[in-house]
Amino acid sequence: MSKGIAITGMGIISSIGNNVEENYRSLIEGKTGITRISKIKTIHKDHIMVGEIAFTNQELEQQLGLTPDNDYSRTALLGAIAAKQAINNAGISNINTYKTGLISATSVGGMDKTEIHYHDYFKDKATQKYIAGHHAGDSTQKIAEQLGIEQSLVTTISTACSSAANAIMLGARLIKSGQLDRVIVGGSDCLSKFTINGFKTLMILSDTYNTPFDENRKGLNLGEAAAFLVLESDKVVQAENKPVLAYVKGYGNANDAYHQTASSENGDGATLAMQKALKIADLSSSDIDYINAHGTATGNNDLSEGRAILRVFDKHVPDFSSTKAYTGHTLAAAGAIEAVYSVLALQNNVIYPNLNFKTQMKEFSMTPQLELKEKELHTVLSNSLGFGGNCSTVIFSKKQ
Amino acid sequence: MEDLKQELKENIVEQLNLEDIAVEDIDDNDMLFGDGLGLDSIDALELIVMLDKNYGIKLTDPKEGRAIFESINVMAKYIFENRTK
Amino acid sequence: MKPVYINSLGSISCQKTFDNSSFLDEIISYEDHIILAVDPNYKDYISPANSRRMAKGVKMGVVASKIALNEANLETVDAIITGTGMGCLKDSEKFLSAIINNDEQFLTPTSFIQSTHNTVGGQIALGLQCKGYNFTYVHASISFESAVLDAKLMLENNEANTILVGGVDEIEDYTCSLHKLVNHIKKEKVNSTDLLRSKTEGAVFSEGANFFVLSNLKQESSYAQIVEIRTYNTLGNTSITDTASAFLKENNLNTEVIDLLILGNNGDVRYDGFYNELSAGIFKNTQQVYYKHLCGEFNTASSFGVWLASKILKTQKLPEQVKLNNIQPSNYKTVLLYNQYRGENHSFTLLRRC
Repeated sequence: MSKGIAITGMGIISSIGNNVEENYRSLIEGKTGITRISKIKTIHKDHIMVGEIAFTNQELEQQLGLTPDNDYSRTALLGAIAAKQAINNAGISNINTYKTGLISATSVGGMDKTEIHYHDYFKDKATQKYIAGHHAGDSTQKIAEQLGIEQSLVTTISTACSSAANAIMLGARLIKSGQLDRVIVGGSDCLSKFTINGFKTLMILSDTYNTPFDENRKGLNLGEAAAFLVLESDKVVQAENKPVLAYVKGYGNANDAYHQTASSENGDGATLAMQKALKIADLSSSDIDYINAHGTATGNNDLSEGRAILRVFDKHVPDFSSTKAYTGHTLAAAGAIEAVYSVLALQNNVIYPNLNFKTQMKEFSMTPQLELKEKELHTVLSNSLGFGGNCSTVIFSKKQ
Repeated sequence: MEDLKQELKENIVEQLNLEDIAVEDIDDNDMLFGDGLGLDSIDALELIVMLDKNYGIKLTDPKEGRAIFESINVMAKYIFENRTK
Repeated sequence: MKPVYINSLGSISCQKTFDNSSFLDEIISYEDHIILAVDPNYKDYISPANSRRMAKGVKMGVVASKIALNEANLETVDAIITGTGMGCLKDSEKFLSAIINNDEQFLTPTSFIQSTHNTVGGQIALGLQCKGYNFTYVHASISFESAVLDAKLMLENNEANTILVGGVDEIEDYTCSLHKLVNHIKKEKVNSTDLLRSKTEGAVFSEGANFFVLSNLKQESSYAQIVEIRTYNTLGNTSITDTASAFLKENNLNTEVIDLLILGNNGDVRYDGFYNELSAGIFKNTQQVYYKHLCGEFNTASSFGVWLASKILKTQKLPEQVKLNNIQPSNYKTVLLYNQYRGENHSFTLLRRC
């Protein structure tokens, strides 16, 4: 059993940076990663904006030292890059010294390859190497291989947009219960025609920069990203005399049980998730210094989440912002991306501005943090809400 | 107009996979959403695509659909007046 | 730590397993390389209004979970944890082919929203109005085992008392045609009874849903206790024999106390060696059983193995058709299940009579 769940390493690649430092710089400089799409051929290119990572697949393969006959999807490439950064950041040289697991999250998986080679598979034998990589677990197996994790607990969670938050949650529980000493948790999703068109049919893609919590919000921008965190038990931290970046203090998952895709009007699921996380953390709502909101900038999410925040925090809503205006909505990776941002907020005592906000929503009087704010932070709460009514909250703290 | 109404009913039953509803059971004035046929927000999006694909009518805001899809009568009238194919 | 029990089950498979009052009384034999689940009357369980958007996988999952809930006499549960290797293939393929064949035009949302991996878990929650913990694991042949492991963790620590856990996967044509291309599906049709003698590459693909109510409270109707479950992404340089021995040792057990070994052989000549090593080696004096000739191969087929083990432990009956050898123990008390797919994602599950 481990009392504390220490975060000892982080890695990230997103449209606002190829590592933790670059991401942090963009966040404090208010630099968005949202652009027109360049890497995927789509008829929607002039009507949508995305958070795209600059590197091509080839460049990513080179960084990983993969041979040209590799069968990595972009999800696997991004995930492997971020996970390796996290291991390095945690100063891990031999990964199998301790019982180490890997929990990854994805929704796209190898879909990027399937949609490109949909017809080619039958004609071009060279493309067939990607067939077995379509399923969601494939990218996780590859990340484990890249990290040298063998004979261990390696699994994948897919609960749509809350996936990576749930990976963090499972990792924390595995450490707490003593099943693992160390676990790498996070998620990876690349952009794909599948998700672009999917969200397009739901008519929730903005044709311009997304504007979380704004009255006139027009929907979300999709993004691609991967992020991983190294969680370690008290035992490992003590034995290795590890510097701890922050702690996973609380977590909660609940289901909205309202609609297959939409969130309930009153944010029942999100409310329950936040309340559960506070209970596990043994904190009261007034202990939260900053909320990194899910804030996708869809009409439905921001209203539902806003109401849930009001239900939990009532008249004392702490500073909050959504970082989706920087990265776009990175789907299954979002929970891990925003976990890294939450830890960076704690480390640097800053709250990031909620970009592009102009007008308060008419349903309630809530204004997100609009300027970069320096403030001593002790605890940060991060929400991730998804299709299938899946609602998750993770609480990070400076002290155990 | 009657043909258009019949066509709409057939398409709605088929497209939305309304297994327990027969075309004859739908009255021209029945509410399509809520207490009537019980359609929901996802069905509204399906109907928006149907308008585009079959009649060349493009809606950009799903909220516009609510009034247009009130009943078969209202829908048929709107299509009749706005169709481009 | 509290013990964890299998209190009830519900199975939809290529056999008529949806009726809990029977136990493989009548076995359906197939001669094919792709086999489909036997449908119960879904309408008995789901209203037309609720089922109109559901592909077969979602229906199988929802109905299997209802059968399990009914047997446990429960209206709802504290949590729902689902495993699915490939997710909602039919709707994914429907949406993907529409994108490609219509050049991204005139696409409708229904198949997209039904395509996400957590559709089954979400639909079960929606039907039960269950606002509790809801996870979906999607890791190939250990998707179901991950779900069980998570549930076991929660129940042992008293974070929940009843959890619905299941594995579900569905067959879809395009995906099958791809798996035929790379010989993951057998080129030739195989008779169920000859599966392990086929000596060819690939497996007979299939589908199904097996759901269980797990609880830390034993009921009159309980089937078994889940003692341990362990997954391995790879074996590294270790043999399966050493891995199995280490697993038993960690649980203070040895091969002698295992009354029944349930193996996931699928007749793939390239990978059945893992099973053969155990059956001809350290477990050669143990009663052995296989089941994929009955339910076919799919990422969550091992959930059928747990269904089979549960039935055997409760009824103390071993159907002739599943026997790999004839070493009859006096009774069935401790059962070990082993599964892997294509040499990766191995798992051991240890069940005990309760």
